[in-house]
Amino acid sequence: MPAKGWIEVSDLYCKGCELCISACPQEVMELDMSRLTPKGYHPAHIFTDGCTGCAICAIVCPDAAITVYREVTKAVPTAA
Amino acid sequence: MTRELWKGNEAIAEAAVRAGLEAYFGYPITPQTEVLEYLSRRMPELGRTFLQAESELGAINMVYGAACAGVRVMSTSSSPGVSLMMEGLSYIAGTEIPAVLVNVMRGGPGLGNIAPSQADYSHAVHGGGHGDYFPIVLAPASVQEAIDLTVLSFDLAEKYRSICMIILDGSIGQMMEPIQMPEMKPIQRKDWEWATNGKMGKRERRILTSIYLDPYAEEVTNLRLLERWKHIQQDEVRYKEYFLDDAEFVVIGFGTAGRVALSAVRAARAQGIKVGLLRPVTVSPFPHKVIDELVQRVQGLLVVEMNTGQMLEDVRLSVKGRVPVEFYGRLGGVVPFPDEVLSEIQRVASSRLSLEVNPREEWFERMMAH
Amino acid sequence: MVTTAPNNLVYERPEGFTDTPTHYCPGCTHGVAHRLVAEVLEEMGVLDKTIGVAPVGCAVFAYNYFETDFVEAPHGRAPAMATGIKRVMPERVVFTYQGDGDLASIGMGEIVHAAARGENITVIFINNANYGMTGGQMAPTTLPGMKTTSSPNGRDVETQGYPIRVSEMLSTLDGAGYVVRRSLHDPKNIRLAKKAIRIAFETQIRGLGFSLVELLSTCPVNWNMKPVDALKFVEEKMVPYFPLGDYKLSAGAAQIKI
Repeated sequence: MPAKGWIEVSDLYCKGCELCISACPQEVMELDMSRLTPKGYHPAHIFTDGCTGCAICAIVCPDAAITVYREVTKAVPTAA
Repeated sequence: MTRELWKGNEAIAEAAVRAGLEAYFGYPITPQTEVLEYLSRRMPELGRTFLQAESELGAINMVYGAACAGVRVMSTSSSPGVSLMMEGLSYIAGTEIPAVLVNVMRGGPGLGNIAPSQADYSHAVHGGGHGDYFPIVLAPASVQEAIDLTVLSFDLAEKYRSICMIILDGSIGQMMEPIQMPEMKPIQRKDWEWATNGKMGKRERRILTSIYLDPYAEEVTNLRLLERWKHIQQDEVRYKEYFLDDAEFVVIGFGTAGRVALSAVRAARAQGIKVGLLRPVTVSPFPHKVIDELVQRVQGLLVVEMNTGQMLEDVRLSVKGRVPVEFYGRLGGVVPFPDEVLSEIQRVASSRLSLEVNPREEWFERMMAH
Repeated sequence: MVTTAPNNLVYERPEGFTDTPTHYCPGCTHGVAHRLVAEVLEEMGVLDKTIGVAPVGCAVFAYNYFETDFVEAPHGRAPAMATGIKRVMPERVVFTYQGDGDLASIGMGEIVHAAARGENITVIFINNANYGMTGGQMAPTTLPGMKTTSSPNGRDVETQGYPIRVSEMLSTLDGAGYVVRRSLHDPKNIRLAKKAIRIAFETQIRGLGFSLVELLSTCPVNWNMKPVDALKFVEEKMVPYFPLGDYKLSAGAAQIKI
């Protein structure tokens, strides 16, 4: 069973560039068109189950806007 | 203490070392190169930084970096090289950090020649680099004074977080004179409250920059620089007076021109002409106040320079048309002889002077008539 | 590196980054490069003794984003300024962060001589094939035929010359200890870029000479592309002209294991 993960996207930093969305291996991310950040961007979010906490989104994020969590079951590799 | 015979350029270098110079960055250019050569030996033997840069651009920006670290740092160059350094100098001024720059001036514009000149007066005194800033500029007339002003320049630069320039010419740079060197001061790196020398677990991070994107913030900065300049004008004006007590005429000249003029003034005195000499030592801040006082008791002024009358303009600002001002200049690396200046003193003392004439134009007519 | 993650945390914004949001356009990989430098400095535990030198160009405000001391250099002069800092404080970590206009055009003299002298500084060099800050003019790295605001018909090499491959050029200098080119166009390459940045700083700390990491980077706004398409442009157009690789790996730098 794949690990279960989740992310938090900071409204302060996210600019809605979509790089995380196209990089997400699970294809579980999209822009949240129902919300705007204070700067006026639609922020990225996870719209469905399937996040494994792989942190690829955080690796490609130019704004260090994403914090990544994963359910701890054993030792896990950290992000690059 | 014993007096020793030293060459001007090397004396400046050693004086800087004794004043606590921690780092020197330079580039070869005549007639300044002996400073670089001397320090290439001297600095490493003291475990201090010497680096011959790839250009004057490189040198001044290395100075900029080391100055940000809060150490005593200097570069030296000559006119064309100083032109290249003006970019960095403006940044240093805008960042409000101390640095010392020596310009051993030569004939110009362009490549010009390597003969002694004072053609960079305006370039040094009235900015040179872009933007609103006010450099301190010192002008020695002897090797001993070059030494003393080199030591002073570091103190002034640090006191006011300012650029301090020393302008001299190749004749002082190349001349040997008996001098007395100051005592060797140990390096005392100060922990400036502005230096970007690493947080080291002791403080918040620091940024040194000359960028103020918000025009209002830049205006505040410009005003701060101006306010600091007013203190410098108030407290740091330096000049030398010779035979001024009973003088009816006063010669004004800085550096080598002032030194040549002193010989002429002495000769004129021997002939009974009541003439004195005012030699500005700080050409920036300029000794306006003393000229203002002189104007109230003398009949005329003669400005002598090795340029087309660049300081003349500052003198005229002090005089405000109250007494006649005359001018004598030699250009392009030509140093006036004392006899030439004596003739000018005799002419000024014996003719009816007018407030109406433009001194540069009158001088130009006389030059072209020869 | 394997570690247990307390509180389930896998990745968070590095402490080397300040809280200030960057001014970069959405999707610009300047931000990725910044983040990698911040992560590396934090992981090496050297934030406290690092002084950064910002350039003129898009990264002119880089000093706002790192938890280190910073200075701001005149255009192209960052390597000279870094030299001045490093020479008087050799125990500090000093890096410049420069774009292609800053480093490969107006600052070519400074970078070549810093490398030739083997200055113990680290240079992060962003190659995005144009002048971003001034609105997308032709840079020394603009590809042949590439349209910019100052090569509106595409760079004509007959009149506008050829791109400069900086890493290859600097690698010929004996003073260079570590000179590599990496790219920021996908997660794998970003990981490799981070590793290279780490080695570059290790090179400096070990006194092994000049280190430079050239990073192929995007400029979505001036390239008139979506950020994702800009990444494809890097992969498909830039990498073939600017091949990735280790151009100078001195014997000392080759020993560095991370």
